[in-house]
Amino acid sequence: MSIWARIAGWAALIFGLLYFFIPLAGLTEFSLKARRGVYSFDAYAKVIGDPEFQATFTYSIMMALVTIVVGVLIVVPTAFWVRLKMPWARPYVEFITLLPLVIPAIVIVFGYIRLYNTSSWLPLTGTLFGTNLLLAMGYTVLALPYMYRAVDTGLRTIDVGTLTEAAQSLGAGWATILGRVILPNVVPAVLSGAFLTFAIVIGEFTLAALLDRPAFGPYLQRIGANKPYEPFALSVIAFGITWACMGLIQLVTRFSKHTKAAR
Amino acid sequence: MTSVPIIRRLPLTWLGLVPFAAFVTLFLILPTMHIVIGAFQDRSGAFTLQNLRDLNTGTIPSSYWISVKISVASAALGCLIGFAMAAAVVFGAVPRWIKAPLMTFSGVASNFAGVPLAFAFLATFGPVGLVTVFLRSNFGIVLSRDLGFNILSFWGLTVTYLFFQIPLMILIITPALEGLKREWREAAEVLGATAGQYWRMIALPILFPSLLGTFALLFANAFGAVATAIALTGSALNIVPIQLYAQIRGDVLGNPNLGYAMAFGMIVVTAVANVLYIWLRIRAERWLK
Repeated sequence: MSIWARIAGWAALIFGLLYFFIPLAGLTEFSLKARRGVYSFDAYAKVIGDPEFQATFTYSIMMALVTIVVGVLIVVPTAFWVRLKMPWARPYVEFITLLPLVIPAIVIVFGYIRLYNTSSWLPLTGTLFGTNLLLAMGYTVLALPYMYRAVDTGLRTIDVGTLTEAAQSLGAGWATILGRVILPNVVPAVLSGAFLTFAIVIGEFTLAALLDRPAFGPYLQRIGANKPYEPFALSVIAFGITWACMGLIQLVTRFSKHTKAAR
Repeated sequence: MTSVPIIRRLPLTWLGLVPFAAFVTLFLILPTMHIVIGAFQDRSGAFTLQNLRDLNTGTIPSSYWISVKISVASAALGCLIGFAMAAAVVFGAVPRWIKAPLMTFSGVASNFAGVPLAFAFLATFGPVGLVTVFLRSNFGIVLSRDLGFNILSFWGLTVTYLFFQIPLMILIITPALEGLKREWREAAEVLGATAGQYWRMIALPILFPSLLGTFALLFANAFGAVATAIALTGSALNIVPIQLYAQIRGDVLGNPNLGYAMAFGMIVVTAVANVLYIWLRIRAERWLK
């Protein structure tokens, strides 16, 4: 490796790292400047005390949890069934799960608003519960590519056919097989998908704003327009959550490698 | 002679896919079909191509053009910088241990889009941002006056998008770079090739599908981004997602079916980019086995 290649390599890496860290430093620094002249956590104290923050943040966490549950209930049985009984259908199911990466979220929610409006055959946007349901389903769709990929990769590492036959010969029904045999075996994969889903849902803006639900993303955008320091403190919190979710995924993946080696 | 009755059970395996099929039909396929069909209908529901023709009126062509320019610029720069960083790590110009933390961080940063990202860049390059103030007080450089840089502009948005484009490039291209076999380089060297010739005639042609494919993916990624743009520029910058957002909120085009056509146009652009990505990826994988 020539000296020039080394210098170029370091230059590229340092440039990239500055590119990542300067905005984060700028964000953190700015969020601490609420009190004139000194750094303080005033902006954080103010947002955390804001009842609207508490309400929207709780709402988004609830939405993320509902999305994860719905996602697991739809993805795990489907991925299991496809692997066990319909391997020929795998490319088609996989293709469908990748569609949310192709169709922009704004187009999907546009479709929801027009298809499920109050004068349609399924007036979901007419009621509060219906709109919340629609939002949760929309988030499940957004998370589908990540969830399906994670679970399918997890299923690849276990012998689905043998496990199912063993459970059946012991008299287990489908619900028992899924809940007590398959699911415990793919917990690390499910958790990876769940944390990624959580990171996506918690700050999501487009769907929540257009369905007019009081979620964290639209709240952040709204106070960004009329508060000086609070939105920056909130952004630091949001980044911390993303960071924590990714850290947990790393942890879970490492943990799962461990159990595999022990088997 | 009596024929033995053949008891054949009805094929029921497909029943296992019913929940999944119902879910994606209701919440993915039907809504999208509704938009696509609406793009080809007039107000009374009759078939027409007028909406697609109307896309060529008013501010719509310019908004598509700006969107495409931002997406191309951020995808191209993202590919270039991400490639340089991945290459530095994979080919050992920098210590190997940097790879694992860099990949983890790329995983985080590529997911850190949306509203918080806009605030990070406002706090850095905005009127009173960290870098802006630093340059003004230490070097007397005013970003907006001396360098013509404004965060609420074409370049401002491009620079912001790069924050998730570069990590995405690193995540996708690192495995491709690792797939370049040592033997190919050694064979080239034995035959007397210089480093430049090796790259020009062997490595780049092999990597070309991966590079172009990732470019297409990054392009689609930037083209569909809504939240960052809205939080950063409000409605100052006339790009397709912002215009569609305004249309959904209040029918600013004065024609619902024209809104469908605009959304349809977005699907077409991102679909073409993604199909290109998948096709090129399949080609690239031939070499990476």
